[in-house]
Formats: sequence, C-alpha cells, structure tokens
Amino acid sequence: MAYAAGVDVGSTQTKAVIIDEAGRIVGRSLMDTGANVTRAAETAFQEALRDGDLLEEQVGFIVGTGYGRYKVTFGNTQVTEISCHGRGAVHMFPGTRTVVDMGGQDTKAIRVAETGEILDFCMNDKCAAGTGRFLGAASAALDIPLDELGPTALGGERAVKISTTCTVFAESEVLSWLGKGKKIEDILLGVHQSIGARSVGLLRRVGIEEEVTFTGGVARNVAMIETLNERLGVPVNVSEESHFMGAMGAALFALDHILASRAPASSMEHVP
Amino acid sequence: MSQMATDTSIVGRGNQDGAQLFREWFEELDQVAENGTGAAYVFVMGSLTELLRVFDLPIVFPEINSLQTAVRRVAHEYLSEAEDYGYSPDICGYVKADVAVQLRGGEHPMGRIPKPAIAICTNACNTYIKWAEIWERMHGTPVFTLDIPGTRAAGAQTWPGDPDFETDRQYVADQIKELIALCEEQTGIRFDIDRLRETMGHANTMNRSWKRILELNQACPAVFNALTDGTIYLGVANGFRGTEAGATYFTDLADEMEYKATNGIGTLSDEQYRLLFVGVPCYPIFRRFNELFSEWGGTFVNSTYLWFASGGSNLGFQYDLEQPLDSLAEGVLVSVRNAMDSMFFQDLVLSEMIDDYQADGVVFHPIKSCRTVSTGLADNRRALMENRDTASLFLESDMMDRRVVSEAQLKNRIDAFFEGLATRRKRASIEHGETL
Repeated sequence: MAYAAGVDVGSTQTKAVIIDEAGRIVGRSLMDTGANVTRAAETAFQEALRDGDLLEEQVGFIVGTGYGRYKVTFGNTQVTEISCHGRGAVHMFPGTRTVVDMGGQDTKAIRVAETGEILDFCMNDKCAAGTGRFLGAASAALDIPLDELGPTALGGERAVKISTTCTVFAESEVLSWLGKGKKIEDILLGVHQSIGARSVGLLRRVGIEEEVTFTGGVARNVAMIETLNERLGVPVNVSEESHFMGAMGAALFALDHILASRAPASSMEHVP
Repeated sequence: MSQMATDTSIVGRGNQDGAQLFREWFEELDQVAENGTGAAYVFVMGSLTELLRVFDLPIVFPEINSLQTAVRRVAHEYLSEAEDYGYSPDICGYVKADVAVQLRGGEHPMGRIPKPAIAICTNACNTYIKWAEIWERMHGTPVFTLDIPGTRAAGAQTWPGDPDFETDRQYVADQIKELIALCEEQTGIRFDIDRLRETMGHANTMNRSWKRILELNQACPAVFNALTDGTIYLGVANGFRGTEAGATYFTDLADEMEYKATNGIGTLSDEQYRLLFVGVPCYPIFRRFNELFSEWGGTFVNSTYLWFASGGSNLGFQYDLEQPLDSLAEGVLVSVRNAMDSMFFQDLVLSEMIDDYQADGVVFHPIKSCRTVSTGLADNRRALMENRDTASLFLESDMMDRRVVSEAQLKNRIDAFFEGLATRRKRASIEHGETL
C-alpha cells in the first residue's frame, strides 16, 4: 500500500493531508504558516505522518499547493490551489459544480465538471476585501477571537451596512459603528454579509451551478455558511474537512501520479 | 548557401533590425528636439503618417513613448510625477507618462522628445481627444480631430459601393482636405500629390506584408510570438509607416517568416499550447509576463493588439495610387473602423481564429488604466465561451502601472489555466480512444 500526500501552504495556515490508495484520509495536520514557510510545510507534513502513524518512506508522492507551494522543497511537484480545491470538493461532494473557497487572503470562485476539471475560475484581485482577512480585521477591532465571530454574528438581528471594500478601512468602520452604539452582533452580521456579497459576486462571474461547495478556513464559520445559504438560495455543502480541501485535492493529484506510474509511461503526460 | 548559413542570416533578423530602426528613430527625434523644431504627434489608430510625411513632419507616437518607459522600468517615476501634478491614479497611464515627459521638457529614456507642432487624433479612443487637449493647453498646439464613422451594427459593416459607405468615405475625404490645408499652413510646405503617392506606395508594401506575416503564424510551430516579437514589429509598422525603410523592413520580415514556416522553425523549440491574446500587453513586466506562459510551452500565435494597435493595417488594405486622396480616405475609413471593431466586436473574429490558428486557449487581459480596450472584454469572453468550447483565461493587470501588477497573483492564475489545459488534453485524448 502506497500513500499520497498533499501539503497546502496558505497565507495564514498550512495544512497537510495523507491519503491511502482508496482516497481516504489517514493523517492530517494544521498549523500557522508563520514567517518560515518551508519549515511550516515540513512540520505540517511530519505532523500528518505522526497523525496517521506512518513513516515518510511509505508516502509515494507529495504535491505542494497554496501560495507557498514552491517552498514545499521535499515535494515532488506543485499544483495550484485552484485545481486542488476543485478536485478535493468533487471528491468530497461528487455533485459539486461550483466551489467557493474562502481563505486568509484569497477568495476563489471555481466552476468544475463532474470529473473535477476546472471549467472557469476567478479570484479577488490585489485586495483582501471579501476574504478571511476581513474577518481578522473585525476580530482585532472588536477584540473577539476568530472562532467566536460566527456564533456571535448569528445573534444579530439588524445587520449594519459595511460600505467600505477595503479591509484596512473596514476596521475603522467597525469602530465607528461601535461609537454609534450599534450592537456587536449586528456589526458582525454586517461584516459577514459584506463578505458574502463580494463572494457571491465572484461566483456570479464564473456562473453558479448547483451543487455549491464551500471550502477553506472560513468554511468553519457558521455565520458565513448561513450568509451564503441565504444569498445563494440553496444550502452550500460544507464538510468537516473543508479546511483541508486544498491539501486533499493535492493528495489526490499525488495519488494520480502513483497510480499512473504503475501504468504505461504515456499516461503520465497529462497529470498536472 | 547551406541551411545553417541561411538560418544565421535570416532567423531573428526582424527583431534585430527592428531594434536598430527604433534606435535610429529616437535619435532623429532627439536631434529635432535639440534643433527646437516640433513634431507631429499622432496615435496608432489613424496616424495618417502617409500624409504627414509629405510635409516633412517628424513623427511622434506618445503611446509608444509611454510604453517604452514601462518596458525600461521607469514608468513609475513618470506616473508619480503626473500624479503629483494632480492627475488621478485612475487616469490612463499612457497619458500620465506623456504629461510627465512634457513637464520634463521632453526627457525620455530613449532620448529627448520634441514638442508637438501639430497633433492629429481620431475618435477611435475617446482619451485621444482629451489627451490632445492637454498639448493644446500646455503648448498651444493646433489639434486636428479626424472623426471616423464606426461600424453601424455588429456584423453589418458597409463596404465600398454601399451608399452608407460612400457617404462615410466622402465625410472622411473632406476632413483630410482640411488637414492638408492645416499642414500647409503650419509647415509652409505645399502639398505634393506625387510625394503622397510615394508614401502610400510604401504603406501598401507594409500593409501587404503585415497581413501575410500574421497569416504565416498559422504554421505549427508558430514562427513568431505575437506578444513579444509582434510588439517589435508593431513599433516599426507605426513609426516607419509610409517610409522606404519601413517597406524594406516588412518585405524582409515576410521573407524571414516564410523561411521559418517552410523550414518548421518555431519561436519556441517545444510548442505545447497555442494561445490567442486579447488586449494590451503588460509592459511593466513585459518579458516575464510572456515567460509565465512560455515556461508551460505556451506561445501566443495572434493578438488583437496586432490589429488595433497597427491601426487596422492587418487587413492589408491596398491604396489605389491613381486616386490617392479618395483612396486614402477609403483606406483610413476601412482600417480605423477595423481597429475599433478589433476592440469592440472580438468574439466573432476570435472564433474564426481559434480554427485558423489551431488555438488551444484565449487569454483576455483587461488593464486597469484603459477603459476603451478593457470594458467589453468580460462580455466578449462570455459570448465566446457560449459558442466555443475553448479554454479562456481572464487576467487583470496594467499596461503601465507596476503598482497594480502582482506577478505572484498572475502566476497562480496562469498555472491554473495550464493545469486546466493539460486536463482538457487528457480528456480529449481519452475521448479519441488514444492509448494511455
């Protein structure tokens, strides 16, 4: 039995996943990326090995993904997180045709075929508005831990309007609403709706086709799931492993390489 | 002559000669600036240089000056100077770089640029008209605006012989007569129709060759890169339009491309993917931008830029030298209209080119500082995708401003695009029953 690994080095967190030949997750890890990207990738991979009670030599192929994919120096190749999130989402939810991936600095809208092939994609451009960073700014301004933002926002009844599209200015706007006596729950609900509106805008650019799967670190936020459900009019797929979807897709590409290496050489030509 | 000797003498000649001609052009402009005499400022869509050369006017293309500041990695200095002067970051980067050139008394990385003695602009880009007004205010430059009737409806162009076309041609011909009178007044040189025949004859050679060169890139592998090499050819097509040097250059260039096509010499040694480019290049990282594609074996086989920024000369329009003034009006009308259509009605032509050039994908490149070129690209892409199952990439950056060019973000999108192309190819090979 050979195992395949995917290491997703994101702007905020690094994730590693190890799968068996049936595509089942046997080991995983999650940690902050920090300043030393290569070390984060190595540590995450080692943690995933420990989690799966595996040895490094049992892993036949490693794919790096995420913005730091070229820093996965022990990996065999790199695949973009766009392809990986698409592949991972279709693996987890075979009915997926549209993916919204919300990470620390990127939000991606991806349209996929039933094979996981990427049909179209678009991302936020040169600005972190509408991404996890926007929530980070609100967390800092309101002094509320990130994990508590979603549950707190669900207590909101009358969302305030967050008009700025700039993450930096959003912090000032949140403080100004506080100054006007607005409830924290309503402010946070407004923040989530603002991010949701921008994300759905990206989804419209690629075309929204059901089912929609929500991936990335922000997919753990219950208020963001609610916001997307409301704006899209359909419930989004969310997995316990949503946070690991990029690493999962990378591991699936790694598994392709392992399986193709057992077949005639020509089958390797088109594996990314 | 042996094959190797021939390769050495002809392959790459167009890029070398083009660079040399460019240097000579800017050296001449530097001399004009030193002498304190002015030049004709014109734009790539509807330059009318065939006519202006009759009056011995040195030719300045401010768009080319501006993009050269980006290619030479100093555009940010010029943009900042114009913004400090009061221009918004949202205004066309070409305009702002030129404003800084004017504020600096013509100082430019390729030499001094003479002041505008006369400016000719068309309505092909609405910014042209506002841009020329700046020179009018700064220097008191006389400005002539040539109003070219555009296509009346998508897919319904009029052609010589149609009543609407004849009306439009007469409208353009009357304007050209007014321009001749203005040039006589400004230069003190009488209009000489035989000199016009001469410059139009050179333009005919250049137009004919340019059309042929573009067609030759249907060869596999492609004989030139439409984004990088093509931009060099484009510079000569504009700067030397209507000159003997320009005609010789394009005759030689067509020979080079014929030779490469016949001998299977590609611009890439291992061409994997053939791409079409839509929009204006990313000049702040000009070479690197192309490498992001060529590293995957991708090469640009054609580009809408080579149509509209050549003023529509890709059509290969041939002037009738027996009727120079009428034919000039007809040629300007047909070519500039085509340049405008190249920006606004791309999807139909792109669809044909996917077949003609065996293109694997189309790269749309909207840029922040040019609304004219970029506004309709999302619609064009959508229309193309509805009709063709061809991969496309929508990539945003800028032609001048490195502040809005992020190589890491570009690379991520480009890598994902090629991963998708690889998957498509794999699927196609499976569908065609090829052995895995």
